[in-house]
Amino acid sequence: MTYIPHTDADRQAMLAAIGVDSIEALFDAVPGEHRFPALELPGPLSEMEVLAELYGLQDANTHAQNFAIFLGAGAYNHFIPSAANHILLRGEFYTAYTPYQPEVSQGTLQAIYEYQSMLCALTGMEAANASHYDGATSLAEAVIVAVNETRGKRRKIILSAGINPQYRDVVRTYMQGQDITVVGDDKVRDVNELAALMDDETAMLAVGYPNFFGQIEDLTGLAEKVHAGGALLTVVADPIMLALFKSPGELGADMVVGEGQPLGIPLSFGGPYLGYFACTKKLVRKISGRIVGETKDNRGQRAFVMTLRPREQDIRREKATSNICTNQGLMALAAGVYLSLMGKSGLKTVAELCYHKAHYAASEIGKLRNFSVDTDKPFFKEFMVKCPLPVDEINAVLLEEYGIVGGYDLGQDYPDRENTMLIAVTEMNTRAEIDALVAVLKEIVDGA
Amino acid sequence: MALEPLIYELSSPGRCGVHLPGLDVPASELPAALLRTELDLPEVSEVDVIRHYLRLSQLNYGIDKGFYPLGSCTMKYNPKVNEDAARLPGFAALHPLLDIEDAQGALMLMYHTQEWLAELSGMKGVSLQPAAGAQGEFAGILMIRKYHLSRGDTKRTRILVPNSAHGTNPATVSMAGYEAVELPSDENGDVDLDALLAACDDTVAGMMITVPSTLGLFEARLPDVIKAVHDCGGLMYMDGANMNAMMGVLKPGELGFDVMHYNLHKTFSTPHGGGGPGSGPVAVNEKLLPFLPGPIVGILEDAGSLDDVPLFGWVMPEQSIGRLKAFHGNFGIIVRAFTYMRMNGGSGLHDVSRYAVLNANYVRTALRDHYVVPHDRTCGHEVVLEGHWKDVPGIHALDISKRLMDYNFHPPTNYFPLIVPEALMIEPTETESKETLDAFIEAMKNIAREAHENPELLLEAPHITPVGRVDDVLAAKQLVLCCVPIPDWAGSPEFKTSTD
Repeated sequence: MTYIPHTDADRQAMLAAIGVDSIEALFDAVPGEHRFPALELPGPLSEMEVLAELYGLQDANTHAQNFAIFLGAGAYNHFIPSAANHILLRGEFYTAYTPYQPEVSQGTLQAIYEYQSMLCALTGMEAANASHYDGATSLAEAVIVAVNETRGKRRKIILSAGINPQYRDVVRTYMQGQDITVVGDDKVRDVNELAALMDDETAMLAVGYPNFFGQIEDLTGLAEKVHAGGALLTVVADPIMLALFKSPGELGADMVVGEGQPLGIPLSFGGPYLGYFACTKKLVRKISGRIVGETKDNRGQRAFVMTLRPREQDIRREKATSNICTNQGLMALAAGVYLSLMGKSGLKTVAELCYHKAHYAASEIGKLRNFSVDTDKPFFKEFMVKCPLPVDEINAVLLEEYGIVGGYDLGQDYPDRENTMLIAVTEMNTRAEIDALVAVLKEIVDGA
Repeated sequence: MALEPLIYELSSPGRCGVHLPGLDVPASELPAALLRTELDLPEVSEVDVIRHYLRLSQLNYGIDKGFYPLGSCTMKYNPKVNEDAARLPGFAALHPLLDIEDAQGALMLMYHTQEWLAELSGMKGVSLQPAAGAQGEFAGILMIRKYHLSRGDTKRTRILVPNSAHGTNPATVSMAGYEAVELPSDENGDVDLDALLAACDDTVAGMMITVPSTLGLFEARLPDVIKAVHDCGGLMYMDGANMNAMMGVLKPGELGFDVMHYNLHKTFSTPHGGGGPGSGPVAVNEKLLPFLPGPIVGILEDAGSLDDVPLFGWVMPEQSIGRLKAFHGNFGIIVRAFTYMRMNGGSGLHDVSRYAVLNANYVRTALRDHYVVPHDRTCGHEVVLEGHWKDVPGIHALDISKRLMDYNFHPPTNYFPLIVPEALMIEPTETESKETLDAFIEAMKNIAREAHENPELLLEAPHITPVGRVDDVLAAKQLVLCCVPIPDWAGSPEFKTSTD
């Protein structure tokens, strides 16, 4: 009995106290013909045996610690300081649950409050919640907020095709039971063309910053247009980029959502990640998810507590705007610790390293015959390369022969972008790795 | 006065908590017009950060510190090996968009997790996509919706939900575009069968019910409930929050449920993380297989021989409700749950449920003479008490909870389920020893006595915690949500900061 501490004597004493002969007798209310079904499952293993099995499984994976990786497309290989993981392993943090009882949860509550504050600073917004599941569901929750803000009268949402295709899929999954129309992403449009789709049915317009292609679109004046049309502007932003580039708040956004994974959270095959969500003060009563506010205790001390609770499902039930309960709390803690460690100068340095290395890679690849780099718009850490061969063919050679994980094949999601590779470069990619990538690309084409 | 300064209050210009490498490539020109001019993040050293968060952690109560009988949340011990497993570089540094050939270890782990969850539930298929129980519920109701629509059955607009349900159930129903119809409970705390039969018609899409119920009870007439809903063409959803009482005890699929969710962070020992992340896989029977959220993991090519392994890959169910989140679910949580399942094996998981039920009944029996047990019969993995006494009307469940903190215990769940006045919902879990339960029982008995002899002790509790009772009304009134001054562009004059 792996984690069950009962001795035989304990069990006997407890059964006697209850007044039954066996544990089985406690299940008499379960319908007899279905009670105690056989489980066709393997038997228990020791910790040593389980670890041996896990070592075997992890060895079958091509992971970023053993390979140079230029794959991004929504999940990024950024540096995570050791100190961050040590904080996450504090049992007082990770074995606690939602801070419903503030007197024994001030650690979690203050950490969330600080996370909210740092997120506000980064996004230029006035309020943030304690997290959603990931960038995609944060965007879906923003849609719900926008429709509710119009009291349900406006039910059209404009999404840029430059938002991560998986995020747009998730928005459609969330909206399938509601009478809400999602438009605008049938083809790639610039922000002016998107704004031209606005009408008096539109509740929200959302763009990527950068967009899925890595480009930083010029958002100047977009908020005014969206607001003039009576709708809300949501910006899906890369949090690392915000250390260097104008905040969505400065650009007039009403909601800023996105994936917080770059902020100290491991790639971990896609999760758990961090759906961050920030908004204007005006919207704070309309958003879902937990929110921590400052207050005082009965001894006059500063204290923190979950606030605006009547919005939430456990109180409002069928009238709640979202069913979210468990969130990504520990990942918000990770982001808070990461932002504290990086701080004002460190995060900016990370962003600059990404920017310069990505531009170096783009410039070197751009010099290669038969490759063309899209430099139409400014970019941050990802850029598009039109390749002379299918992307999967190039990637196969890169990985099998040179130990390099190549970029994302945009043709999977955008039929007009076949043979186009989306390359991500972060502070983790050394010049030697970039030079190796460039050399191999050259060789592949020269040899073709 | 503050227990611990804010990280911003520790800030000193010029400090930084990391050492980053220098630039090893030529610098490129930055687009000046697009850059920001300010960034209000703290400036602290690594040791500042470690001490700050370590001190914060010490203001918390977690399972590693002591007994945490928060009902409905299954706060069992979180084995340390789980944490090591999820942090193995082959899992933690694995990019989600790699070709399947490069992620076979992760895919195999996910495939086996699906198989274990299918076997435990008696269901036919599993998707690991949902990030939490509430998202699993949402997936389940969307699948029920799509099932009816796929049959051209468009008149079903309502989902039945007992009044004892978790708040996530009715909220889920609304999110999926259905009307939630609340069903009363009978005097035993079970679904009122007459009310159910009266509500069942061809507008009912399905019903959501928790097993054992949120009162911690196995409902004797559950087969009748399932039959009534099936007879009117509805499907049955089982909220699996209480699966810790069910493993090897009852397979929901065999009983007739069509769809259910698991909470890996409850039943399978993955940590609650101060609020999350969790993982809420959904399991379905044959009817709903085509609608599972995807992609799920399947076998693309069978193994060539016994010594060989098959090729695992992504499969999108043909009429899937779609994708619930980016990528593939909370993989790191799935690794922890898989580790736990392998350690326990099928027999160990059955023991988990047996001992979880033993512990809850032991607590119930010991406290029944001191607290009102509204439905005093053999319970499942948790027991619900009433946290008040007629002869001391000024004492509420919340006061008992706060007083428990003085005895170094985390309080039970308060005020849920809603159908029990002043509810105290106690879920001991199987990982607690008889000694721990005895100490808790003793504390609860003491508190019952104190309530009668010295009620002030309860009303003023807690006494030994880092903060006393916290003013949540003030928090909602002043609404200080951020300590960073808001830049000019926000221009919202009513906005206050904590430095005001």
